Amino acid sequence: MIVGSSKSLQTDNCQLTTDNYSKMKLTLKIWRQKNAKSAGKFESHQVVAEEHMSFLEMLDVLNEQLISERKEPVAFEHDCREGICGTCSMVINGHPHGLMQGTTTCQLHMRHFKDGETIAIEPFRAQSFPLIKDLVVDRSAFDRIIQAGGYISVNTGQAPDGNAIPIEKDQALDAFNAAACIGCGACVAACPNSSAMLFTSAKVSHLAQTPQGEIEAQRRVLGMVNQMDEEGFGRCSNVTACEAECPKEISVTNIARMNREYLSASLTSDVMK
Amino acid sequence: MAFKSNVPDGSLSDKWKNYRGKMNLVAPNNKRRIEVIVVGTGLAGASAAATLGELGYQVKAFTFHDSPRRAHSIAAQGGINAAKNYQNDGDSVYRLFYDTIKGGDYRSREANVHRLAEASTEIIDQAVAQGVPLAREYGGLLANRSFGGVQVSRTFYARGQTGQQLLLGAYQALSRQISLGNVTMYNRHEMLDVVKQDGKARGIIARNLLTGELERHAAHSVVLCTGGYGNVFYLSTNAMMCNVTAAWRSVKKGAYMANPCYTQIHPTCIPVSGEYQSKLTLMSESLRNDGRVWVPKSIDDAKAIQQKKKKGIDIAEGDRDYYLERRYPAFGNLVPRDVASRAAKVACDEGKGVSPTGLAVFLDFASAIERYGKSKAHSMNLYDASPAKIKELGTAVIEEKYGNLFEMYEKITGEDPYKNPMKIYPAVHYTMGGLWVDYHLQTSVPGLFCCGEANFSDHGANRLGASALMQGLADGYFVLPYTIGTFLSGEIRTPKIDPNAKEFMTAEAEVKGRLDKIIGVQGKQSVESFHRRLGKIMWEYCGMARNAEGLAKGRKQIQELREEFYKDVFVPGDANEYNPELEKALRVADFLEMGELMMVDANDREESCGGHFREEYQTEEGEALRRDDEYAYVSAWEWTDTKDEPTLHKEELVFENVELKTRSYK
Repeated sequence: MIVGSSKSLQTDNCQLTTDNYSKMKLTLKIWRQKNAKSAGKFESHQVVAEEHMSFLEMLDVLNEQLISERKEPVAFEHDCREGICGTCSMVINGHPHGLMQGTTTCQLHMRHFKDGETIAIEPFRAQSFPLIKDLVVDRSAFDRIIQAGGYISVNTGQAPDGNAIPIEKDQALDAFNAAACIGCGACVAACPNSSAMLFTSAKVSHLAQTPQGEIEAQRRVLGMVNQMDEEGFGRCSNVTACEAECPKEISVTNIARMNREYLSASLTSDVMK
Repeated sequence: MAFKSNVPDGSLSDKWKNYRGKMNLVAPNNKRRIEVIVVGTGLAGASAAATLGELGYQVKAFTFHDSPRRAHSIAAQGGINAAKNYQNDGDSVYRLFYDTIKGGDYRSREANVHRLAEASTEIIDQAVAQGVPLAREYGGLLANRSFGGVQVSRTFYARGQTGQQLLLGAYQALSRQISLGNVTMYNRHEMLDVVKQDGKARGIIARNLLTGELERHAAHSVVLCTGGYGNVFYLSTNAMMCNVTAAWRSVKKGAYMANPCYTQIHPTCIPVSGEYQSKLTLMSESLRNDGRVWVPKSIDDAKAIQQKKKKGIDIAEGDRDYYLERRYPAFGNLVPRDVASRAAKVACDEGKGVSPTGLAVFLDFASAIERYGKSKAHSMNLYDASPAKIKELGTAVIEEKYGNLFEMYEKITGEDPYKNPMKIYPAVHYTMGGLWVDYHLQTSVPGLFCCGEANFSDHGANRLGASALMQGLADGYFVLPYTIGTFLSGEIRTPKIDPNAKEFMTAEAEVKGRLDKIIGVQGKQSVESFHRRLGKIMWEYCGMARNAEGLAKGRKQIQELREEFYKDVFVPGDANEYNPELEKALRVADFLEMGELMMVDANDREESCGGHFREEYQTEEGEALRRDDEYAYVSAWEWTDTKDEPTLHKEELVFENVELKTRSYK
C-alpha cells in the first residue's frame, strides 16, 4: 500500500549536501561587460562548489551569492542543461565549453576541477557574434545562414511515402553525424579566424547526403556560403581547432565536402548567388 | 462561449476526413491579408508557423530563445510513433488510437486521439522529405523499435536524438518561410499577455528581452505552442526556461485550464545529488528493455549502501528484491511509466533506497551482460569461455546498444555503470494537462488556439513513450492549419487589427504594472529560492502520491508562499534592460498560481488514474483505482481572478468505440 505523505527528495532537512561530497574553493576570473558599447573587464569572485555540481550549477551558486549581496548576477545563457539545445556558450580556461572533449558547458562537472583552482570564464569572442552582456553573445548570424538555403524546399503535405526512396544505411548515418550539430558556435569561438565553416558545412553536408536534399544542393551551398561571408565570418585556414572543440565532435571532413560542393557549384551552376 | 467539444458527426474513422471535406476554406487572396501570431517554436510552433506561412497567411512567430532552434523539443530522446505498419506486425491507425486511449487510462477524447493516429503516418513522410536522418536498415528502409506499453514496433528514431532531428526539420521549414517573407520571426521576445477585442483573441503583448521594451502585436488569431508546465516542480527534466506564463495569462483572460493535475513522473532519471541541483536528467526508457530494477531485501543492507559502506555488487543475488518482476510478472521491468514510478517510491518509502539520500533504486545490467555474453560466445564457438570473457563480450553488446546513455550517466554521476549498477529515481517529465481545446484546437477564447504539450488534448492521464513528438507535429503540420481555417473563414471581412486600439493599450499598461510591482518589492529573497520552495511543496503534496489532507495543506502553503513572494522577492536591475532575473520572476509568479490550481484539481479528482494517484483510491494491492462512473470527465477550470474560487466545467467523455477497462500489468 502507498500511504502517507512520504519522504520527499526535496525536503528541507535533506542532509546530503554538505556531508557526503567534498567541497572545493575556487577563484573565478569572470568577464563582465554591461553591453556591446561599454568596455569589459575580468572580475574576481570566490565561490565554494561541490564536486557533484555541474559547471552551470556552480555559476548558479555564484549568482545567488551576488544577489544576496544585492549585486548584479553574471549573465550567461543556458537552457536544457543536458547538452543538446546549444544555448550555453562560454570559454573556460581558454577552451569553448571547457577542456573536456565532446562536452558542452552544461555537462561539464566540477569534479574535473581542483580545490583552490582559478578558473577563467569568458564569452565566445567573434566579430560576428556581437556581445550582449557579460557572457551572452548574439548568434543570430547562424539563423540567417540557415535561412539562406539550409533546408529542403518541400511544403507540408507534398511528401511521398517515407519508404519510397531507400537510403543506404551508412550514408544515412553520415548524414545524421553532420546533422547532430547543435548550433552553439564553439567552432567559431575556437577558430583564430572566427570562421563558421564547420557549422555551415555540417548543414550543407547533412542535406547533400540525402537524395531529397541533393536536388537543390548547388543553390544551397552557394547561398549559405555567400551568407556566411556577408555575416563577416573569417576564412578557413585548416587549423581544425573547430573539430577539437566541437561538443558534438562534428568532423572537418564536412568542410572538405562543402569545399568540393562549392567549387563544383561555382563552376557549373547558373544559379545566382 | 459555449463549452462544447465540437467533435464532428460520423463514425470514428470518418470524422476527420469528413471535416476536411466540408470545412470552410479561406481563399488565397484573403489568406494574404490575414495575420496569425504563433507563440513558441518547438515542434508544434515551428511546424505550425511554417505550414501557415506555406498556405499564404501572414505569420508572426515568437520565441524567448535566441533562436527558434533551441526549444525543449530538441531534448526528446526516444522516438516518434507512427502507424505505418512497416514491420508487418499488425499495426494500424486503430491500434495506435486504442493503445493511446488505454495508455492514457481512458481520460482522453476519442475523436482527437483517432485524428492523431491518422496524422502519424504523414509526419514520417514529411520528415523524410525534409531530410530528417531517421535510422535505417541495411536495405535502406526506415528502422523501427518498440517502446513501453505496446505490442508492435512502431517507433521511428534518430539514435537517441529524435527530438533534435525532428525539430531541426521543422526549424528548417520555418527558416525557409522566414527567407520567403511569409513568416516574420521575433527571437528573444516573451509573450506576457494575450489581448482580446470583442471577446476574440486579437494579439499579444510581448517583451523584447534584450531591451526590455513592451511591444503590442496584433493579428486575426493567436496560436499558443508554448509547451508544458513541469517546471512548477522546480526540479524536472524540462529545460530551465520552460514555463506556464503564456498559457496562464490566457487563463486569466478566460481560457480554461484542463486536467492540470495530470503530470507524468518518468521512472528512469538520474537521482538528485544535492540541494544545489538545478534540473534532472532523463535516462531513456529503452534502458528498461535490458536493465533489471531492484533494491536490497533488508533495510540493513540498504542502510549500508546509503552510508557508502557497501556497494550494489556486494549484495548477494538472494538478498535482492527485483520488485517489478515480483509485483508485475506479466510485464516485469517493462510496466508503463506511472506504475514503475510508484513502485520505486514504495521501495524507497520502506527505507530501501540505495543512494545517500535514500531516494534511488538500482537499474542493473549484469544479467543482460551475461546473457548477451553467452550468446555472443556461442556464436563465436567459444563453448568454454571464462566468466571474464563472457562479461567482456556482453559488455560490448550493451555498449553498442546504450553506449551514449552510459556515457551521459558517467559524465553526470562520475560512476561507471558497466561496473556498478545504475541508480535511478522518478522525476517530473511531462504534463498531460494544459489549456482546454475543442476539436478545432481552439480554447474557450474564440480565436485563441493551442497546440502541442501546452494543450490537454490527446494523452489523457498518462502519455505513452514516443507520443509527444507525434502530437506536437500532428497539431502543427496537419491539424491546426486546417482547423484554424474554420475560425478564419469567418474573419475575411475583418480589417487589419490595430495594435494601437484601446484594448492593446490597456493590456500593455497592465503588463507594465505587473513588471513594476515585482521589481518594486525589493525584498531579501531571490527568485530562485521561491521557486525551489514551491517545487518542494508541489513534490511533497502533489507529486507521485496525493491525498486530500496533503492537498489542502499544500494549497494553503502555496497561498502563503505567494503572499511572501510579493512582499519579499528581490529582483535586481530594472525592467528596461536585459534582465534574466526579471524574466524568471514573472514565470515563477505564474507558477505560484498554477501550482495552486493543480492542488485544487488533484483534490477534486477523487480517483486514481494514470499519473494522478490518490492514496484514498487504491486497490488492496496498492494499484490505481479509477472511478469511471463519477470521474470520466475532463476538468476544465475557469479562474480569472485568484481572489475567487476556481470554477469547474466538466466535459463528459463519451466512449463509443472502446470499452473502459482496468489496466492490468500483473
